[in-house]
Amino acid sequence: MPFLELKNVCKSFGGTKVLRDVNLAIEEGEFVSIVGYSGAGKTTLISMIAGLLRPDSGSVKLRGEEITEPGPERGMVFQNYSLLPWLTVAENVALAVDQVFPTWTSEQRKAQVDKYLAMVNLTPARGKLPRELSGGMRQRVSVARALAMEPKILLLDEPLGALDALTRATLQDELVRIWEHDRRTVVLITNDTDEGIMTSGRIVPLSAGPGATLGPSVAVDIARPRDRKTLNSNPAFKHVRKAVLDYLLGPGGRQKTTVNRKLTLPDLLPEDLNEPRTLFGAKRTARRRSEEKLETVEIA
Amino acid sequence: MKTFKLDYLILPIVGIALCIAIWATIAGKPIKKEYVDDFGDKVTKTVRVGLSEDLPSPSETWTASKLYVTEPLAKRGELDQGILRFTWLSLKLVVQGYAIALIIGTPIGFFLGLSKAFAKMFDPIIQILRPVSPLAWLPLGMVLFLSVKISIPGLGEYTASELAAIFTIAVCSMWPTVLNTAVGVRAVPQDYLNVAKVLKLSKAKTLFKVLLPATLPYMFTGFRLSLGIAWLVIVAAEMLTGRPGVGGFLWQQYNALSYAHIILCILTIGVVGYVLDRLMSVVESRFKTA
Repeated sequence: MPFLELKNVCKSFGGTKVLRDVNLAIEEGEFVSIVGYSGAGKTTLISMIAGLLRPDSGSVKLRGEEITEPGPERGMVFQNYSLLPWLTVAENVALAVDQVFPTWTSEQRKAQVDKYLAMVNLTPARGKLPRELSGGMRQRVSVARALAMEPKILLLDEPLGALDALTRATLQDELVRIWEHDRRTVVLITNDTDEGIMTSGRIVPLSAGPGATLGPSVAVDIARPRDRKTLNSNPAFKHVRKAVLDYLLGPGGRQKTTVNRKLTLPDLLPEDLNEPRTLFGAKRTARRRSEEKLETVEIA
Repeated sequence: MKTFKLDYLILPIVGIALCIAIWATIAGKPIKKEYVDDFGDKVTKTVRVGLSEDLPSPSETWTASKLYVTEPLAKRGELDQGILRFTWLSLKLVVQGYAIALIIGTPIGFFLGLSKAFAKMFDPIIQILRPVSPLAWLPLGMVLFLSVKISIPGLGEYTASELAAIFTIAVCSMWPTVLNTAVGVRAVPQDYLNVAKVLKLSKAKTLFKVLLPATLPYMFTGFRLSLGIAWLVIVAAEMLTGRPGVGGFLWQQYNALSYAHIILCILTIGVVGYVLDRLMSVVESRFKTA
């Protein structure tokens, strides 16, 4: 039985099918990336694993148990950090720790907060408010908060999406370092194939929406630690990259949508003045139906 | 933009001086008139001339108000007290009404923001009651409290007119707090609520750790607007009830044809309102998050 299992998951919002027939099985200790277009439904997918959303049909199971509501055993790192701005860095993490470990003594909880702040290298910033931190630091607080709950599975929803390329690279390495520390199960959502290859053991492409679904997963057989500098010439890297992109640009690509538009040419038929005016002076219509054309437009 | 040194001080003074100059020109001036009456005697008579004959000039206003300003805490009679004493009486009433408005308004705002059903149920009533003038509420307050006797240890017994005034202040000043709190609760980012959900915070904890801090800035904007209205209402309430206070004094002096004191009262009301607003904005800025 897989650790996390999604079976035939479908989800629609207001008549638009966002996800259809999503099947995914993740073993314990895996680091899996889900790579896909923006707007394809990646956040919807991870929200269902987190329990913030329920699928319309199909099942999401963690250790064989159906996920019905959010819970601290699934630590979530949100796309936009979601730190509470009125709490300091340490208080933000402590809020999670206090909630998840109510039986611990206050020293134990404080130690837990300190441990995870140290893990993301934020001990000096513990007394600062989120608005005083850079984007990268905020995201590290968010990661520390999720890790400090000691979740069974860590869900990362485009955690590095809003960061610049250099900070992104550093945080990717940091994520891998933290993961290697205790090999917790991680699901990373991203739109960057390279980020997936750098960090994870397996990449699952998500096709373009509407009605997105998961493509065949690609294993990343590159030994860790992966070196960013030599990665580009690594044949395994090229192979994985090609496989993922082939799917995303090929069968999983954006379907072209066409729209039919009605074109009415200007009606130049002269008004027949001999025709008697109708009651109340209603217009004498003279539309030439033959001049209505249909045009098919392709939307990119 | 800085135009010259000390402009923050000199420009306002120039503005005030200009307004006083306009006031002085339209105000009436006393002029001694000599004429021969029907009996053939020479008579001197003082008449007022000017654009608005009965409007006292700035200097007349000052002479008439001097006693009230230089002895701000004196009490010569129920409706003849120093201006600070009047202000204090008015403020006491305002604070009580305002406190009631906040205590009732904030939870109502929270319910409106949290529950769609509650909002649908009470929004029409709120929208209808909100524009009603304090002058309309006060008689209702009088009727409501006509036979009600409330005495609070330390504050003494309340008369019907006092209760009616407090009621009017509370009802009129409540709405900005209610509506701003409701807007604030609805504006709490979904992300914060998601955090609360993932952490499985209890209802009470979500309220106090997430909703309340996130709504505070909105609430304080509401509190500030409410205080402005509460101070606005006190004058109307005191006028109608004839209670001692800035508004009551204003109305009494109008009836006594002592027009200079009206201007004194207007200026006092303005200054106090301004100070209250400044105080609230200081408090408000302390609670700004993010």
